[in-house]
Amino acid sequence: MTHSLGENTATRTASPEGPVVAGGGVQTPSPAPGPRRGKRTDWGKALEIIVLSAPAVVVFLMFVIFPVVMAAYYGFFKWKGFGPPTEFVGFDNYLTIFRDTAFHDALLHNGYIVVLSLLLQGPAAVALALLLNQKIRGRSVIRVLIFVPYVISEVIVGTGWSLMLQSAGAVNDLLTKIGLEALAVDWLSDPRIALWSLMIIISWKYIGFAVILFLAGLQSIPEELSEAAAIDGASYWQIQRTITLPLLGPTIRIWAFLSIIGSLQLFDLVYIIWGQYVSATAGTSTMATYMVLNGRLAGNYGYGNAVAVVLFVISLVIALVYQRYVLRRDTEGALTERKK
Amino acid sequence: MTALLETPTAGKQTLRPTRKVAWGSPMTYVIAFLFVGICIGPVLYIILGGFRTNAQITADPSGLPGPWVVDNYLEVLASPIFWRQVGNSAVAGVLTTLGVVALGLMVSFVLARYDFKLNGAMYSLFAAGLMFPMTVAITPLYILIRDLGLMNTIGGIVLPQIAFALPTTIIILVPFLRAIPKEIEEAAAIDGSGRLGFFFRMVVPLSLPGVITVGILAFVASWNSYMLPLFILNDEMSYTLPLGVQAFSSQYSVDTARVLAFTSLSMIPALIFFSLFERRIVGGLTGAVKG
Repeated sequence: MTHSLGENTATRTASPEGPVVAGGGVQTPSPAPGPRRGKRTDWGKALEIIVLSAPAVVVFLMFVIFPVVMAAYYGFFKWKGFGPPTEFVGFDNYLTIFRDTAFHDALLHNGYIVVLSLLLQGPAAVALALLLNQKIRGRSVIRVLIFVPYVISEVIVGTGWSLMLQSAGAVNDLLTKIGLEALAVDWLSDPRIALWSLMIIISWKYIGFAVILFLAGLQSIPEELSEAAAIDGASYWQIQRTITLPLLGPTIRIWAFLSIIGSLQLFDLVYIIWGQYVSATAGTSTMATYMVLNGRLAGNYGYGNAVAVVLFVISLVIALVYQRYVLRRDTEGALTERKK
Repeated sequence: MTALLETPTAGKQTLRPTRKVAWGSPMTYVIAFLFVGICIGPVLYIILGGFRTNAQITADPSGLPGPWVVDNYLEVLASPIFWRQVGNSAVAGVLTTLGVVALGLMVSFVLARYDFKLNGAMYSLFAAGLMFPMTVAITPLYILIRDLGLMNTIGGIVLPQIAFALPTTIIILVPFLRAIPKEIEEAAAIDGSGRLGFFFRMVVPLSLPGVITVGILAFVASWNSYMLPLFILNDEMSYTLPLGVQAFSSQYSVDTARVLAFTSLSMIPALIFFSLFERRIVGGLTGAVKG
């Protein structure tokens, strides 16, 4: 992209060092040369475009696009990460991934996390947003407080929750105190329960984001609509079901999209709480923790990159399918015809 | 002028409850109160736990401090390691924020107000970046940073963080910049300022609400970032707070109270920043969600 841009100006300005020259150009707001407009403004404009967009484009291509492309390349090699990769193995890494039951488990866990995140957080968040959208006192304080879990880092969430969920931790102690010893279980290491503990933590951390997003969506719905419906005799629930929820649809669909992508990429919380090795036995490993464990930590960089590619392709396919069939109506304007 | 600032988030005005707020039904408050309790309960556990001793925590894991002890907090506050990590996190956060705002504002200005052939393609390129989370790129990114000789440096995490924050930044800022009326640009032109003069004198101040939104998001993301520092920073001297919290909690795993004190101190800056600018961020998100 930069290349074509660069050439473009090179031919126009006859000065290949576009950005450098332009650095000086910024300070010359030469009092508008009335006559010679046409050509001059043309290059001036091209130069401005280059100067203003080149830094972002270069940084973006170098640190986002280039690594992603390189992941695809490294994925075809058996490589320990030093020197240029030489041992080309074709699709061997990919075959290994698809045969490894540890990867199947990780993929399955990601699948559970995607579905459970949507089911646990979605309805609860919509309900809470509807509730908090009423004009109640202290609403702004509430909004700040419910966003707290989202704002603090995964490391803090992981550290705090793993201390609370220890078998002799605060949660079990509290359950015992209120007479629910039966519910005091081994939250983190029992493979039948660990995934649910993870879901509790994920829901706790991210539901505030969903609620705030939905609140923002609700506030952009004109009040006149529900007022009119109320005058026509519609009940509160009828109004929510037939007016508010359909109009909140686009926001819900965007949230679901973000949630799905986030669930597929989940790494931090699992890695922090279950460490490097326990996640597989506790049944909470994800594709990303599998990637780090079998790639970087095992020193198999080629293999790790192949896992990254698989993870990326899975996310991309899901994202594209979702955009094609679910988001289509909502994003048509957002990503394409927004020229003017 | 202030009215103008609000344009992209016009919905915001309705957010602010006006003088006459009815109390509403008590049930609403009960549920809201419960939900808030669930949200901040674990955070309070971390903060209060720091005021207890290990003996208190072992004897009664879910109790309140009794008596309150401040030693844990004082010890952490007196430790040079903590302050070094705060410093590293702060430098990384500030540099990331400045970089994101500067690069993002410039390129968004181009995308919002210049008409040229590659405009659409460029916007799509950045928008597609939303599909490339850091998880996918992390291994090659690590190799790239290593080859650039930026391992264990703040630069090694700042540059990728800027790059990965650009898509969100652009998606939030472009609508803000588009909303600046053409008349202002024309007026500026009549007053003899070129397009760049217009950019610095009008666009930068007028897009301030959007800039604050993306700036805070970038700062908080950098302050909390874990995966990238995990790969790039191996030397304890260069650790940022998230790595520090993790290292501290495994090093002092038996000293739960001190771990909790360390943890709660490390979340303060992000919390303060966020509470101060919560409205703006939600306003910015509203614009982005509506597309």
